[in-house]
Amino acid sequence: MIQIKNLRVELEDFLLQGINLHVAEEEYFVVLGPTGAGKTVLLESIAGLYPVKSGEIWLRGREVTQLEPERRNISIVYQDHALFPHLTVKENIVFGLRLRKQIGQEIDKSLNWLAELLGIVHLLDRKPDTLSGGERQKVALARALSIKPQVLLLDEPLSALDPETREGVQRELRQVHDRLKITTIHVTHDFEEAIALADHIAVLGEGCVKQVGTPEQIFRQPNSEFVARFAMARNIFTGEVADRDDRSAIFHTEGIELVVSSELRGKWHASVRPEDILISHQPLHSSARNSFCGTITQVMDKGSTLYLTVNLPPDFTCLVTRRSFEEMGLAKNQRVYITFKASAIHIF
Amino acid sequence: MSKKWFTTNKMTLTFILLGLIIFLFIIVPLVKMVVASDPKILLETLLDPEVRGAIWLTLCAALLATIVGFTLGIPLAYLLAHTDFTGKKLVEGLIDVPIVVPHTAAGIALLFVFGRNFFVGKVFHFIGIDFVDATAGIVIAMLFVSIPFLIDSAKEGFKKVDVRLEKVSRTLGASPWQTFFRISFPLAWRSILAGSIMMWARGISEFGAVIILAYHPMIAPTLIFERFETYGLDYARPVAVLLIILCLAVFIGLRAIVYRGEKT
Repeated sequence: MIQIKNLRVELEDFLLQGINLHVAEEEYFVVLGPTGAGKTVLLESIAGLYPVKSGEIWLRGREVTQLEPERRNISIVYQDHALFPHLTVKENIVFGLRLRKQIGQEIDKSLNWLAELLGIVHLLDRKPDTLSGGERQKVALARALSIKPQVLLLDEPLSALDPETREGVQRELRQVHDRLKITTIHVTHDFEEAIALADHIAVLGEGCVKQVGTPEQIFRQPNSEFVARFAMARNIFTGEVADRDDRSAIFHTEGIELVVSSELRGKWHASVRPEDILISHQPLHSSARNSFCGTITQVMDKGSTLYLTVNLPPDFTCLVTRRSFEEMGLAKNQRVYITFKASAIHIF
Repeated sequence: MSKKWFTTNKMTLTFILLGLIIFLFIIVPLVKMVVASDPKILLETLLDPEVRGAIWLTLCAALLATIVGFTLGIPLAYLLAHTDFTGKKLVEGLIDVPIVVPHTAAGIALLFVFGRNFFVGKVFHFIGIDFVDATAGIVIAMLFVSIPFLIDSAKEGFKKVDVRLEKVSRTLGASPWQTFFRISFPLAWRSILAGSIMMWARGISEFGAVIILAYHPMIAPTLIFERFETYGLDYARPVAVLLIILCLAVFIGLRAIVYRGEKT
């Protein structure tokens, strides 16, 4: 579908080079990288908005490297949504359709369909500056989808949103993608966002692509220190959430069951931050809902803190301070208990 | 605001006093001249065909200069706001030069180029436009000294337009032209309009550059000068008062239009 061959883009203070990516038809592709890795510039190059120094971009078997953006039919949603402030929501959405000289009836049909799909019918006559972050996001998405793009580019679409809105929009992005089957390239610096949404992930850093793979491959088998830094020290599991009682749920994964507090049910990911895990020699009788016995299989010294890998199985990475490490006399191959609260588990 | 607020904030008090002095310096002469005028004489002056002709010519010539400046200046303002090129700072500096040179000097410079001894003047003469002692001369004199106001203001307006809005517009299928007319121009419109009004107002008030190129036909500032020189203060003042009232009315009216939508 999209093939990027040996792309080289020059920015003011650094360089993107040797970028090779292949995004398949109808795929949800996530480009993951730290802030300032050139993710936005990569998207703009694909859209034809940023000059390419060398290399090629192919779209459905046709080279488009030098094609003007208005002829590519690739739409983009920016982080701050970039809605046209002088136009109403409705005018924003139909901007691309009007340019295509469609007849009024067709425009209205597309508008209504999109507004219903994204639940923004009641906003159509408003101006962008009266909308909330989540609403703007939906309008920007509707505007981008209106032209039935070959590829949808999303530039950190969730970063500008508050945490509560973010989860909803994230799910909606995936739903819209699954329904419309539009090839999507989404850039983010958020590892969990990438895992939750992607069919494939490319990790971008230091001006080049570090690794491409499925989410599973990226967090299970990082191929470099750089990718590992993103994935490392995170306990991410894939599994299924089921009802437990009124107030909590059970997450089944790899032979263990975690008590979680989440509204979500079905196949999801769960993560626990290493610093939220308590380590003890004896089982803890506390309000924490999850307590397991395991063996320390690895100790990674980071100076004032240490990362311990505790195998139950599966492996959990835990963070301890040097002080407690020494006071407790922890060592490799020791049996210990790990304990964490249900609320410390993030389901996504 | 309490008394205490003033005593504890001596700086604000000092600034208010200093500000008041300069404000009165501007306002008192203008108000004094207007209120000291005899309405009867003002009416007579207004009915004087020579005065009315001069004021009308001033307004029209300044408007024409603004239209020419608009057509040629907006594209330049856009380029200066949205592109980077070597020598951009120099171009920006040169555009502001008309503000700082003495306007009589500007008039002489224009006379050199648009007089019939230089090829530019010859070319225009060939197509039937003369500048010396002609309305066209008034227009280019006004254009020269007032165009920086429009270009600078429009440039600031275009700078405030987020480049990404233009980028989104392109991805949605708009050509560079369509993007300019549907996104950049409407979003910078307020600054462009404000700059145009400034340019027009500056054109109306121009005297130095105009008399070098065209003493006749007479614009209002020239008429004021001539009446002052020939007949004295009492004859010059009514014309001056009329021009001030007119400028104020137009200026206040247009500003109101520009800033009307600002708060919504």
